[in-house]
Amino acid sequence: MANLHLQTVDLIKRFGGLTATDKLSLEIERGELHAIIGPNGAGKTTLIAQLTGELAPDSGRIHFDGEDITDLPVHTRSGRGLARSFQITNIMPDFTSLENVALAIQAHAGHSYRFWKNARKDTRLTEPAQGFIDMVGIGDRAHVQATNLSHGEQRQLEIAMALATKPSMLLLDEPMAGTGPDESARMVDLLRRLKESHTILLIEHDMDVVFALADRITVLVYGRAIASGKPEEIRVNPEVKAAYLGDQDGGHA
Amino acid sequence: MARLRIVLLIGLLASLALVPPIATWLDEPFYIVLFSRMLILAIGAIGLNLVMGYGGMVSFGHAAFVGIGAYMVGIGSFHSIEDGIDWMASGFFQLPAAIFVSAFFALIIGAISLRTKGVYFIMITLAFSQMLYFVAVGVEIYGADDGLSLYGRSEFAGLLDLNSDSAMYYVNFVTLGICLYAVHRIINSRFGLAIQGARSNERRMQAIGFPTFPYRLAGFVISGVICGIAGFLLANQTDFVSPDMMHWTRSGDLIIMVVLGGMGTLFGPLVGAVAFLLVEEILSSITISWQLYFGPLLILVVLFARGGIDGLLRPRQRADG
Repeated sequence: MANLHLQTVDLIKRFGGLTATDKLSLEIERGELHAIIGPNGAGKTTLIAQLTGELAPDSGRIHFDGEDITDLPVHTRSGRGLARSFQITNIMPDFTSLENVALAIQAHAGHSYRFWKNARKDTRLTEPAQGFIDMVGIGDRAHVQATNLSHGEQRQLEIAMALATKPSMLLLDEPMAGTGPDESARMVDLLRRLKESHTILLIEHDMDVVFALADRITVLVYGRAIASGKPEEIRVNPEVKAAYLGDQDGGHA
Repeated sequence: MARLRIVLLIGLLASLALVPPIATWLDEPFYIVLFSRMLILAIGAIGLNLVMGYGGMVSFGHAAFVGIGAYMVGIGSFHSIEDGIDWMASGFFQLPAAIFVSAFFALIIGAISLRTKGVYFIMITLAFSQMLYFVAVGVEIYGADDGLSLYGRSEFAGLLDLNSDSAMYYVNFVTLGICLYAVHRIINSRFGLAIQGARSNERRMQAIGFPTFPYRLAGFVISGVICGIAGFLLANQTDFVSPDMMHWTRSGDLIIMVVLGGMGTLFGPLVGAVAFLLVEEILSSITISWQLYFGPLLILVVLFARGGIDGLLRPRQRADG
């Protein structure tokens, strides 16, 4: 068996009559960038929510680093090294960029029942936080309130926060959503660098990005994986073409 | 603007420090009592502000903790005379009792209430405080709804005499100072950032690895303890405890003080408590239907000064007090 980093076994999630995840068995190898594509409503975000623990699956198991994490709460999974970014920008709006990232570091620097020392001036938090902000390319925006960042900068901040939790694996839910061409070029650049050091599960609508970056691709339709394989295999897979890529010629879904 | 705010705050603290000598000079000792009440309610509002302003948990039941703190003084005083248990008259028993019992109830009420959010949280904290109110109303031995008059104020073994209004005033003033400084430290600490992060975006805080519930609960307990201390002082100040101290309208008063002064700012609750009692005092000396005018005034503050009085004076709302 290959060196599996994350694995789902027969994962099922239903919302009333709708099956959002349908007996899904995924295998993500250590170090790969695995993209999940599929039309709207295919259950991609629902899948991420189950992987992070925000939603409990109806049945099936999730293994991470060889251990069953199906019943662990969200914050514990973060502690194990699983980090996510959100499809809809999700930050602490009334904190500065630096404080947002510093909080992510604080979350993994022991308990926070420390009531007296000023954490805003704690260089053990602020220095590495600045490092992550520099890494994603918004270093000069460290002291700007997150709500005042541009959309693209907020997406970058999201990644910095995810990285600050020292994850071994990143779950990125449409990191390009709503970004302009410049910003998305920068994001692709960043993902290419992150790929060197992290296992990445990427959900993305931009097919050019997916086919350029992914080591393997899984195609999700109505919660079911209809195909999984290398980009070149997926590109020519007739079932995928019919169900998803259609006549759009690999453009935006 | 920012400098004006600091000057005004220092001016406020300095004037508060000078209240007893000025009131004595004017031969109006009543003002010492009035301002003492302001300081005590400000401490209660500071406690509430920690969960409401910084933690985003709108508790409609914090008067219960004030009442618990007050009853520890009343009950201690009662047994010291009725049953001859001398040590129960001591502040060294009553104050820790006020702290621990309010902490205990805050822990239980918080552990249950914090599983809910928004309106449900408001309602469940209200329900708990009303429950304690009716318990107090029902306990015959402690005067039921008539309350208890103290046989004497808390005794601190001759180290501290609370029996003069001035001494009581300065005890309140120093306690207020300690609470302000403690909250200032807390909100800038790792713990403080954790609960403010949970207010800002709880889902995200969990995603980056914070178990938000125990932190919020700890904040709720600290806040309850601060209110318990306010209750300890309030009982000594008024020489009297009654269920009315826990009534939901008292919890509402605390919320109004926090909102009026500025939610989530360090000095907001103090400013709010002073403004609340001053306006009450002035309006009620003009007309008996003073609440008729107080209501619209509040609405104006909420509509036009979202950050409360303190918010009017600062350029931009920041969460660092």
